[in-house]
Amino acid sequence: MKRFLLFLPLLIAIVVGVVLYAGIGKDTTKLESALVGKPVPEFSLRDLHNPDVTLDQSLFRGRVTLLNVWATWCPACRDEHDDLMWLAEEKGVNIIGLNYKDNREDALVWLDRLGDPYRKIIYDPRGTLGFDLGVYGAPETFVIDAGGVVRYRHVGVLNEAVWEQTLLAVINDVQGNG
Amino acid sequence: MLRIVYWVLALSLSGVAAADVADVYDFEDPAQEQRYQNLTSELRCPKCQNQNIADSSAPISRDMRGVVYQMMKDGASNEEIVESLVGRFGEFVRYKPEFDSRTFLLWATPAIGVFGGLLVVAGVVIRSRRAGPESPALSAEEKARADNMLADQDRSS
Repeated sequence: MKRFLLFLPLLIAIVVGVVLYAGIGKDTTKLESALVGKPVPEFSLRDLHNPDVTLDQSLFRGRVTLLNVWATWCPACRDEHDDLMWLAEEKGVNIIGLNYKDNREDALVWLDRLGDPYRKIIYDPRGTLGFDLGVYGAPETFVIDAGGVVRYRHVGVLNEAVWEQTLLAVINDVQGNG
Repeated sequence: MLRIVYWVLALSLSGVAAADVADVYDFEDPAQEQRYQNLTSELRCPKCQNQNIADSSAPISRDMRGVVYQMMKDGASNEEIVESLVGRFGEFVRYKPEFDSRTFLLWATPAIGVFGGLLVVAGVVIRSRRAGPESPALSAEEKARADNMLADQDRSS
């Protein structure tokens, strides 16, 4: 018993060490979405290109979609734009845009200048759908399965590394199951 | 004179800084306002992680305050308001997490610590009681050695 007590500090140090080591390198600013496993929230918003067209959640039915939240005021969105173009053109990824708290003219100029990787763009000037999706900072990208259920959320710039290391695996998994 | 100008400048600038976070909301009575203050101070901003949404000037916090205010106006209970924000932004926005299987250790650690401490104290007390009056503190041999030492000391002094 006495001898065992001598090893107690070592034991405590090991346990604390393992717990703390597990936390190293975790990016605490990236939160898991509360919507994973839930359907895309209901919405009724205008199409960015055609103000007369109203889009709703049925947009996400039928095939796996990347929902990319972007705005012209967001510098990181500019960073990832070329990679979105690459995904849409080279990889044939189905991307839907959510133009978040932006204004239509600026957004159209941006797409004119940089290209348009989106199949459709939802125009959300007041950020209502963004709020329902729990968007807390653009850019954010959601993986949505063919049934319209949110499967994954990536916060921050989407680039080739993110695509290859995480999103591709998530999409393959979603496609395999769905 | 210059000093007065400085003061006026400093005061007006501090007014601007404070107004950065203050939204203008009308409340029917002070109790409602207090309720709003309590709610916004126990919800955490997802963007600026160590601030509550009452203190944060992030756009997302402004939106969240707006929703809290609007839901209060619509007669929602505190639980409904918090649940609706948790449903969008996750458990993270709660400064007081719910008690469930994931947060069990978080809530129970103080109680476990106190209980463990009481066990240790009880163990020490019981052992000293048991060892108490029946067993003499020194064996006969030890007592003889001690007597010897004391006798030595007496002689030398």
